[in-house]
Amino acid sequence: MSSTQTVSPPGAPPTKTGPSLVGRVLTTPTVGPLIFLVLAIAFFSIKSSAFLTGGNLSLIVQQVMVVGTLAIGQTLIILTAGIDLSNGAVMALGQIVIAKLAVDSGLNPILAILLGLAATCAFGLANGGLVTGLRLPPFIVTLGTLNIAFALTHIYSNDQSITVSSSTLTFFGKTFPLGGTDVTYGSVFMIALYVLAWYVLKYTASGRHVYAVGNNPEAARLTGINTRKLLLTVYATAGLIYGIASLLSIARTNVGDPNAGQTDNLDSITAVVLGGTSLFGGRGSVIGTLIGALIVGVIRSGLQIVGVESIYQVLITGILVIVAVALDQLSRRRTA
Amino acid sequence: MTSSQDSTAAPKPVLQARDLVKRYGSVTAIDGADFDLLEGEILAVIGDNGAGKSSLIKALSGAVIPDSGEILVNGSPVTFHSPIDARKYGIETVYQDLAVAPALDIAENLFLGRELRRDGPLGSVFRLLDRKRMVDESREHMANLKIGIKSMKQAVETLSGGQRQGVAVARSAAFARNVVILDEPTAALGVKETGMVLDLIRQVRDRGLAIILISHNMPNVFEVADRVHIHRLGKRAAVIRPHEFSMNDAVAIMTGAMVGEHIEGAPEVPAGAEGTRT
Repeated sequence: MSSTQTVSPPGAPPTKTGPSLVGRVLTTPTVGPLIFLVLAIAFFSIKSSAFLTGGNLSLIVQQVMVVGTLAIGQTLIILTAGIDLSNGAVMALGQIVIAKLAVDSGLNPILAILLGLAATCAFGLANGGLVTGLRLPPFIVTLGTLNIAFALTHIYSNDQSITVSSSTLTFFGKTFPLGGTDVTYGSVFMIALYVLAWYVLKYTASGRHVYAVGNNPEAARLTGINTRKLLLTVYATAGLIYGIASLLSIARTNVGDPNAGQTDNLDSITAVVLGGTSLFGGRGSVIGTLIGALIVGVIRSGLQIVGVESIYQVLITGILVIVAVALDQLSRRRTA
Repeated sequence: MTSSQDSTAAPKPVLQARDLVKRYGSVTAIDGADFDLLEGEILAVIGDNGAGKSSLIKALSGAVIPDSGEILVNGSPVTFHSPIDARKYGIETVYQDLAVAPALDIAENLFLGRELRRDGPLGSVFRLLDRKRMVDESREHMANLKIGIKSMKQAVETLSGGQRQGVAVARSAAFARNVVILDEPTAALGVKETGMVLDLIRQVRDRGLAIILISHNMPNVFEVADRVHIHRLGKRAAVIRPHEFSMNDAVAIMTGAMVGEHIEGAPEVPAGAEGTRT
């Protein structure tokens, strides 16, 4: 017991004080995307007075609502160093299940919603089970379930869209006035989901374990974290979130559409990457993903208002994705 | 050399193994091995590649389940099914290269898997972590071990190799009640950093924990160990005290060029008489 030992600290020479405040802010992964979002908004606001209006901003949020919600689940999975290609197809299946049961089978809409959520959650569990149980790569597993969900959607719906009129099912598409602007309940719900996910990831042990598993799965396992259970929970939770996205999609369009969401998997990955989350897992933030989703929405809306063909939005998004991944790689190389 | 070898009361064994066997198909990794770790000592475990020392250590840390034989903690037989079982008995292991999550900060790494939550409903209902307490306690642990890192909020990846190892060791030392097992803690480090980690190991010993040090680095072993367990062909070939034997002797025992006395039940043997030249 030598806590009173006096002499030379045999430990390292005291570290150079941590990175400076400015350095730390600049290397915080969400700051870059946030600056870019603000610049994009400023740019389009200068270009057109129609851009920075309450109505247009509300519309942008509505347009990113479905992909934005899917991207929450995608962020969870990417933080564990996985990826989910199936989320758009699973979301489409969820919509068809809800719409079919509520409209064609005349089920109580609440029950239809719960069964829809159960269906998407089951897909999440299946993804997670195959990834943890059989140790298959998430890319391949979700490529498989993407096709399965897509096929089931078309078989179950007979390739027909189902128009929905139930006010319960379209609740999230309804609006309320907020400072002179009509805002949908769905937009608010999506933001609330982001806040919830942010809290869990940042301030609870389970959330920190998600980062640890993505960062160094072996270290996480050896510290006693049940990594398989954690991964299974992450995939199942993502499935549940996709079910919520199904509901938001129905509310926004008033139909259950078997062809919905076909590029949403890649769009959600785009939002995650633009938000500064690393595809290698363990680094990033769900708030970054929200910013990433909004960047895509702002560019799309802005170019439309300015009168540029929409294909240029795709072009710019493509460039931004590469820039975002390159920046992530460079910053990792610098700190490694 | 502050170990208790000259005290008349023989130090009690903390962790022991009797006649452990582990086979993988036709390969016998542990072939009736015995092992004795005494309280408050640094016991180095050395052996040639393939001698089975890592299998032995894995059995002692719960990562491998032996086919037969007995493991005793403080004299009572125990069964480990996983490293978590071993931890329940106060045995913590620092695994080579696998100890930390680099993107998480120091406090998060120290408390990974045993996070502290806030008191009251904030903790029990909202699962809110008590970040401040974890940071404060981390700072205390690191200061106790005289690891000179100021901010507990910096990511482990911003630290040098030796400091990272320091975090891993501090983590184990903070939670171990009986034994800290260190697997090649200096393998990837430079000379200065190695010295720092060896000092750290002494600090942990001086705080009352017994230490098992697995290392290939003979000078390190002879510098820091109180006793050296030499493993050969799946079993204990000898236990020596570094100041009574040369490194060449140790290598000779390791390779079988010198046949060490087989020492059974080290605690029964009067301290200091474990190893005898042949």
